[in-house]
Amino acid sequence: MNVIELSWWHLGIATGLVIALALCTWLAQLRIGKSLLIAAARTAVQLALIGMVLEALFAVGSLLWVALMGGAMLLLAGREVVARQKHRLRGGWSFAIGTLSMFISAFAVTVLTLAVIIGPDPWYTPQYAIPLLGMLLGNTMTGVALGLERLTEGARRGRNEIENRLMLGETWQQASAHLRRDAMRAGLMPTINAMAAAGIVSLPGMMTGQILAGSSPALAVKYQILIMFTIAAGTGYGTFAAVALCARRLFDGRERLRLDRLYP
Amino acid sequence: MSEAYRLVLKQVAIGDLQPVDLSIRPGEIVCLSGQSGIGKSRLLRAIVDLEPHRGEVTLGDTASEKLPAHQWRQRVMLVPAESAWWEETVGAHFPEDSTIPEALGLPADCINWPVTRLSSGEKQRLALVRALARDPRALLLDEPTANLDEETTEQVEHWLHKEIRDRQIPVLWIAHAQGQIQRVAQRHFHIDDGGQLREQPL
Repeated sequence: MNVIELSWWHLGIATGLVIALALCTWLAQLRIGKSLLIAAARTAVQLALIGMVLEALFAVGSLLWVALMGGAMLLLAGREVVARQKHRLRGGWSFAIGTLSMFISAFAVTVLTLAVIIGPDPWYTPQYAIPLLGMLLGNTMTGVALGLERLTEGARRGRNEIENRLMLGETWQQASAHLRRDAMRAGLMPTINAMAAAGIVSLPGMMTGQILAGSSPALAVKYQILIMFTIAAGTGYGTFAAVALCARRLFDGRERLRLDRLYP
Repeated sequence: MSEAYRLVLKQVAIGDLQPVDLSIRPGEIVCLSGQSGIGKSRLLRAIVDLEPHRGEVTLGDTASEKLPAHQWRQRVMLVPAESAWWEETVGAHFPEDSTIPEALGLPADCINWPVTRLSSGEKQRLALVRALARDPRALLLDEPTANLDEETTEQVEHWLHKEIRDRQIPVLWIAHAQGQIQRVAQRHFHIDDGGQLREQPL
């Protein structure tokens, strides 16, 4: 496989495109040029940094450093889940539930995929482990964040219905079934849509990257299918766990709806 | 016929309310009145254990905390002032083979209606039917006739009175109108400004 080398001045041309776009928006007084440039700068800096980290990590290649990297990614994803909640649980429960759900889903699926399906030697080879975990965590994070957001929002809006159901003698599971169903659907919808549209509406980014990097399209497609299925599994189990745990936390031992456990 | 139990409140306190001691006999209707915002509805919510509270509530020999909360609420049922309706049709909220009693002045086929067709008065009456269809052993009513005109109010009072007597269930009924209290209550308590329950002569 031969990849055409990309030099920094080649990237300069692409940079010029973005700057020209910013200039156009400035001339048209659209007031978006500044955030566009800041975002572009962040992309360059963040990716350059992660590139350096990955270069170092690939060079060391030890399980300890791969695990540390995975742990750091997990905690950042947990923080991101919390940041996306309008009404999060008090006492750090949103962070705990989000992080735990992502850990048991994204990590388990990544280890399974590495050890059983792809099978690099050793199984934690960072070239496979880190990108795989990154993709799984990123998608699971979105699912978990959307699921939790829908659940807490639904509980706040649907308080009368839930409490009236409880008054009629329903269990907390029965009284919250519709909420949990909605939250599950919200968390899984992006993944389902992405799978349904793959190859028709858009070429998935990872497959495009692999083809650009010299892989045969047939191999790239196989990897893409693998990734999509593992993402679906990781997102599904992660959202499932997060919604179940959060729903439990919204009710107490006497099956009361406890909206006071949410920040207003 | 199922056994009849007494509903007993021992030192039940919630919010600014003074601790409440009250014992309601099977088939007895006790009315509760007081300024709005004084905590009447919260007291009912405490009795069905929907809010953390102090004190103890028992039905017969069974204390509320001895049962899983949903089983307690099946026995001691609260009908709130504003009922919620979540399914498409009215009938989906009722146990199988439920019928709407004629005595309430409701259209016979309203069980097949979509919920959106119901007026607030119809919802209020149907919420009572919905609760009694689950065969509770005690009933807590939060202004059950608030949205009804005079004639319908008396129909509902009459129907509830008969059901409560036939079923021999204890009832705590929040009411505002003195006339209603006179018509339905065996005892009447008023919550004064200090949050203290005081029995009123009927």
